[in-house]
Amino acid sequence: MSIKINPKKCIGCRRCVDECPGNLFAMDENRKAYIRDVRDCWGCATCLKICPLNAISMYLGADIGGDGTTMIVKPVGNVLHWIFESPEGQKLFVDTDRTQSNKY
Amino acid sequence: MNLKVYTTDVLIIGGGTAGCAAAIRLKESGLRVIIAEKANIIRSGCLASGVNALNAYISKGHTPQDYVDYAMNDADGVAREDLLLSISRRFNHVTRELEEAGLPILKDRLGHYATRGWRNIKINGENIKPILAKQVEECPLVEVINHVNITDFIIRDNRVYGAVGFMVDTREAVEIYAEATLIATGGAAGMYRPNNPGFSRHKMWYPPFNTGAGLAMGIRAGAEMTTFEMRFVALRCKDTIAPTGTIASGVGSPQLNAKGEEYQRKYGNTTSERVYAFVAENMKGNGPCYLKTEGISQETDDDLIKAYLNMAPQQTLKWMSGKFPSEENVEIEGSEPYVVGGHTGSGYWVKEDRSTTIKALYAAGDIAGGAPQKYVTGALAEGEIAAEGILQFMKDNTKNRMPHPKNFDEDVAEIVKQYDRFFDNDGIGYSTDDLEETMQKIMDQYAGGISTYYRFNEAGLELADKKIQVVMRLSDTLKAKDDYDLMKIYELRERLIVCRVLIAHLKARKETRWPVFNSNSDHPEKSEKYRNVFVNSVYKDGEIKIKYRKIRKDKEPVAQAVQ
Repeated sequence: MSIKINPKKCIGCRRCVDECPGNLFAMDENRKAYIRDVRDCWGCATCLKICPLNAISMYLGADIGGDGTTMIVKPVGNVLHWIFESPEGQKLFVDTDRTQSNKY
Repeated sequence: MNLKVYTTDVLIIGGGTAGCAAAIRLKESGLRVIIAEKANIIRSGCLASGVNALNAYISKGHTPQDYVDYAMNDADGVAREDLLLSISRRFNHVTRELEEAGLPILKDRLGHYATRGWRNIKINGENIKPILAKQVEECPLVEVINHVNITDFIIRDNRVYGAVGFMVDTREAVEIYAEATLIATGGAAGMYRPNNPGFSRHKMWYPPFNTGAGLAMGIRAGAEMTTFEMRFVALRCKDTIAPTGTIASGVGSPQLNAKGEEYQRKYGNTTSERVYAFVAENMKGNGPCYLKTEGISQETDDDLIKAYLNMAPQQTLKWMSGKFPSEENVEIEGSEPYVVGGHTGSGYWVKEDRSTTIKALYAAGDIAGGAPQKYVTGALAEGEIAAEGILQFMKDNTKNRMPHPKNFDEDVAEIVKQYDRFFDNDGIGYSTDDLEETMQKIMDQYAGGISTYYRFNEAGLELADKKIQVVMRLSDTLKAKDDYDLMKIYELRERLIVCRVLIAHLKARKETRWPVFNSNSDHPEKSEKYRNVFVNSVYKDGEIKIKYRKIRKDKEPVAQAVQ
């Protein structure tokens, strides 16, 4: 379980540094965020939701069945647009609405 | 290290569910409150990624006493009716307040909450923690200090006067003086070797950032602890360790073994028996085991994919990486054992007002013992109850106010010196990670981890305790390069002391009352001697003293000899 930060997109706003529940982020000398140790991510997706540039994506470790598919989240109002991308570049989309309850 | 001093009326250590609820309850009290939080209250604690049901709610036709009876039965009699009743009475009220604050709850056509069974309701809890944090923000007298790792109480003559910690992002120590303190740092994960010990070592169910800080502080301060031996082992989706209740209860999927047999009914239906069912089938060689989802409708697939995004997004990512639940049964496994008072009975021994055995110290949420199955609404209720206990304490205690902080200068200096020592250490080559893995190996092999099907015996526990003490001594030599490193060192040391107390508790209950949670190979059956008996402990001068308390109905249990 971990996350990857795209340094080209990172604008150094520090929101991930501030809000990660594990204090896992830090800033490098170029004012880009990095994760101190990829093995320490719990997978809560907080950083995916708050990164204003969607520079952070999540992937599953190979040890837990990851196949290289990545996930990002784009919140628009109350809707979260989740985008899944396979290593071959195939995309799947799921929207969740924060105002709608789960059915199960 | 620089030192920053705060004074307040009420200090809340840990801004998770219970801590936030307590702060919100104190909004109109006129008291100044500080929440000291290790990360950031926006997403800290168990609810970071969300939750998709409230598991403790009293639906129409049921009473709070029904919930007490259910939880007492699930714990096979070893729980506190007084504590359970006090939270059960508030489940519906805290639920209503959450809904008013913006939590979406599913309703039926008549406008009642749609229930899953009689005590669960369906919500969208993806945003539940930000909702709580926003309510805290609206309390003018509540100051939140994020990114501070609290390590020690300021204590004298068995009374707490605040706490000391350090910032995890700057080289600064913090002392906070308070008339009353609430400890709400949650339970402890990561003591045992986890399900995925390699790359995905932190892909566990309970937050890897809940390291038992408040338990360790209480243990070292001599607070009485209860029922650590009722560990919690969660039945979870394989690999992702995502919750199974949404599929098992929500969709109604039975457990299946590799032969396609539905086996769970053979083993009973308490929380521990449901995990034991899985473990027993694997011990018989009937694994892997699954939740039967093959053949569910496309619509149910879609709903599950969304439901998991609102609580455990990695499970959806897994489905998106492979096959959907309708195409392939969901494999399950048991988690590593945790110490977590929101699910089982482990934690501080408290009175009904959630005061601990240390004066001016209150406990709520996963850190408070005796009230299993409290879940989210129970943690909220307990935060409120503790806040009210503190209000009463402040009213009764007007003459006996805190001495001037100067009186504690030496105590605080000693704690801060310890921080500096870790920066000054040369180190002998071991890293915090190395010692953490060593601790997890010891606990796994000798104290009933995943690799022994959760079974342990006394000879193994004795070895475990000796080996854990060696790791404790080695942890004195660790070197911190920065503040984050220092936090990791403290987290390891917190877990180590919690391990020791856990081992002592496992040894002290010479029976097997809750299989898997407590599978004692020397005593594989239930014993009449331990029926209605709590195992409690107090730590003093490096020794853990066990104290048995006999349960009496409607009264606080008294100390009683068992052997």
